[in-house]
Amino acid sequence: MYYIDPHIHMVSRTTDDYATLSRMGCVAMSEPAFWAGYDRGSVDGFRDYFVQLTEVEPARAAEYGIRHFCWLCINAKEAENVQLSRDVLKLIPEFLDCPNVLGIGEIGLNKNTRNEAIVFQEHVELAIEHHQPVLIHTPHLEDKHQGTLMILDMLADHAQLPSERVLVDHVEEHTVKRVLDAGYWAGMTLYPVTKCTPSRAVDIIEMVGAERLCVNSAGDWGPSKPTAVPDLIMEMRRRGHKEKLIRKIVFDNPRAFFQQNKKFDLMDPAER
Amino acid sequence: MNAIEILDQEFLTIRSRLLDIAASLDRIQRAEGDAESDSRMAHVSEAIEIVGSRLPHRAERVQLLFSREYDEAWKSRYELESRA
Repeated sequence: MYYIDPHIHMVSRTTDDYATLSRMGCVAMSEPAFWAGYDRGSVDGFRDYFVQLTEVEPARAAEYGIRHFCWLCINAKEAENVQLSRDVLKLIPEFLDCPNVLGIGEIGLNKNTRNEAIVFQEHVELAIEHHQPVLIHTPHLEDKHQGTLMILDMLADHAQLPSERVLVDHVEEHTVKRVLDAGYWAGMTLYPVTKCTPSRAVDIIEMVGAERLCVNSAGDWGPSKPTAVPDLIMEMRRRGHKEKLIRKIVFDNPRAFFQQNKKFDLMDPAER
Repeated sequence: MNAIEILDQEFLTIRSRLLDIAASLDRIQRAEGDAESDSRMAHVSEAIEIVGSRLPHRAERVQLLFSREYDEAWKSRYELESRA
């Protein structure tokens, strides 16, 4: 089955991973800007990273027939440095016209601090000013519930940002309904340790339905599995779900969300 | 699938995960020192009670048990103005 991985950090993956994902049916992916595992020291570090996201990764992906898209921001883990964050925010517009940039992301909260909230709000304002969709990271473990509600609270301040242009990622059992009920798209991240397993993600689909719900692998530099979306496909088939429903989750939904940015011009491979 | 069919599929996985939890708690108990007064152990005991209950939405309730509280007045606590 063709699928889209809407959240995968390919700068952390080998070229062999591109080949594997292509063989497993991945036809497109989007890569939100992320923490590098260490705090970058200057805005020039981000400029180089944004070049990697907008030039290097699309070329690597194309070698395997995969369309690569990305989102730009300074990640919440680096948002404690408000001055650096503001310097990065000034840099982002230079890259917004690049052909594979879909919007602002993954902005969000990490430890739910005041500085993280300030930088989150300034990212949202940047997205509104430049008419960009937004992809949002929610915190992990004990911070997730609190952080997700804080994010929804801040988003509610911005009526100029339509809810259908926002995807709130890493939802789990205790946050998914709050996100969907508020009208946003929701993403479930399939992860071997701290996030959601494919089985639990299928449970959530069975409980809340498939509208505005996507799944992704994260596939970052930590313990993660870039082929987690095919694992979910396998689990849905094992439970007897219809192919149409599986396709909606792994292809139609992310495509519908991304197509709100005209740069996402992915054809349905079945219609080629 | 009906409930029995799902149980047929899940039983060995449930059994294995329960054994993992039991063995982890045994390992903590066998080790030097005492972790019983650690608040995380109380959370673990409470989570096991939720898992063993017959009420629905166990996963969601366990998630909430391991979550920090949300303070609706967080913006004023952080002295942040509404950006509307």
